[in-house]
Amino acid sequence: MSLLHVESVVCGYGEMEILHNVSIRVEKGEIVSLIGPNGAGKSTLMKSVFGLLSAWQGRILFAGDEITRMKPEQIVRRGLCYVPQVDNVFSSLTVQENLEMGAFIRDDDYRPRIQEVYDLFPDLKGRRGTRVGKLSGGMRQMVALGRALMLDPHMLLLDEPSAGLAPLVVELIFERIRAINQQGVTLLIVEQNARKALESSDRGYVLVDGQNRLEGLGRELLADQQIGELFLGR
Amino acid sequence: MAELLGYGIVLGSIITLGAIGLTLVYGIARFGNFAHGDLMTLGAYLALLLTTNVFPALGISDSRLGPLSFGWVMLVSFVPAMAATGLVAVVVDRLVYRRMRRLRVPPVMLAMASLATAFILRSLIYIAWGPDFHFYTPGLRPMLMLPLGIKLRPDQIFIILIAWALVVLLYFFLQRTKMGKALRAMADNADLARISGIPTEQMTTWTWIIGGGMAAAGGILLGIDSQVRPEMGWILLLPLFAAVVLGGIGNAYGALVGGLVIGIVQQVSTQWLLPAYKPAVAFTVLILILLLRPQGIFGGG
Repeated sequence: MSLLHVESVVCGYGEMEILHNVSIRVEKGEIVSLIGPNGAGKSTLMKSVFGLLSAWQGRILFAGDEITRMKPEQIVRRGLCYVPQVDNVFSSLTVQENLEMGAFIRDDDYRPRIQEVYDLFPDLKGRRGTRVGKLSGGMRQMVALGRALMLDPHMLLLDEPSAGLAPLVVELIFERIRAINQQGVTLLIVEQNARKALESSDRGYVLVDGQNRLEGLGRELLADQQIGELFLGR
Repeated sequence: MAELLGYGIVLGSIITLGAIGLTLVYGIARFGNFAHGDLMTLGAYLALLLTTNVFPALGISDSRLGPLSFGWVMLVSFVPAMAATGLVAVVVDRLVYRRMRRLRVPPVMLAMASLATAFILRSLIYIAWGPDFHFYTPGLRPMLMLPLGIKLRPDQIFIILIAWALVVLLYFFLQRTKMGKALRAMADNADLARISGIPTEQMTTWTWIIGGGMAAAGGILLGIDSQVRPEMGWILLLPLFAAVVLGGIGNAYGALVGGLVIGIVQQVSTQWLLPAYKPAVAFTVLILILLLRPQGIFGGG
């Protein structure tokens, strides 16, 4: 049984259909990336999985249970957390407060978890009292990941974690993403930076015009001639 | 001048109580609540009902507290009057604004609906209590002569103390409690709050309770300072908005400073202008801020 199974989903905004029958599977423990050109529907797929958009047709299963028409606040309780591409931190709150908000629905003592997040992102520890709006883009991305990790999720959905970051910082963020994965968290990543994403992924899906175009192992897709021409700038 | 400054701090403390609620509601519900002044009026009338009808009817006698013009019954009345006003604000939210939120109407429509709510609340107050002025307690109120030529009534010192005690309480609530932090988080980024599992409708309810309660306290204090009348809160609406804009819309700590500044500016202006022009002074300040620094004193770039 796959951890996440998106089955023939049709979805869009208002009258406009963006996803025409998309299916993906993510197995437990994997890093899977979703690549494709602008407007391919990658973010739309993320939003429909997380219940921010309601799928028109098809089914979405998480850990075997149907979550197709659930709201985000119900989905987080099942251990599926989401990091949006933009506005993914509370900028007027401190680093520590951002992490506390990530743990809002936890009734137990989450302080050990905060410590684990600081261990994962040591740079944040010294800035715990700093307002996140004053931090650099890379640090903010770490706060965004840290917030989503506070619920000890089974799976994370990351929308463009490298967007707007300097190459060295992108390197660092992907290195941390692999570290998160090694702690047992399954990840589905949407990326413009296809090469970077595929290098870190077990498998990848290529989405074009709201449809599945290709799928395969990360290294296979990296070596694929067609993908090279389309997205990797070869 | 020092005397006017003293009055300004009294008025500013009252405006602050209203402005904090107005700015919190803006941050969470995302519209300017034109009924906020009338929530202050409602609070003042509920305290009047409690002190002149309910408590005497229960056979509870009252006696003045030291140099103050009122007794402990007034003090006790703060809590139910604040709670009831908060409840009214929640009921209005459920009946009107929540339905509109679900229909995803633009904020200007919500503001218009709140204007209608303001008129309805005031009409209900006219029906229940009539157009006359009321005093919580009749009689003379002696002045205290303080150093630096400041003259204040004991009541006014009480007003400043109560207002700032409430502000400090709210500060600790927003800064230290899980619920308070979640309110700030939601005002900052409502979508991310929802993604984090913060129950946004429940947060909205708490905002109305706090905003309504603070408004009621401000209204009662205004009634203690002068008199209780149906237009008292409505007249204060413009200074409330000026204080909120001055402090940066949605910024609770900004509203605190904005309230004080507007109160002091209004009172000090009476040195040169007729008191009737006080609202015009607030309006002028509002326009100047909007032109020169629309993000407010504490708003980010």
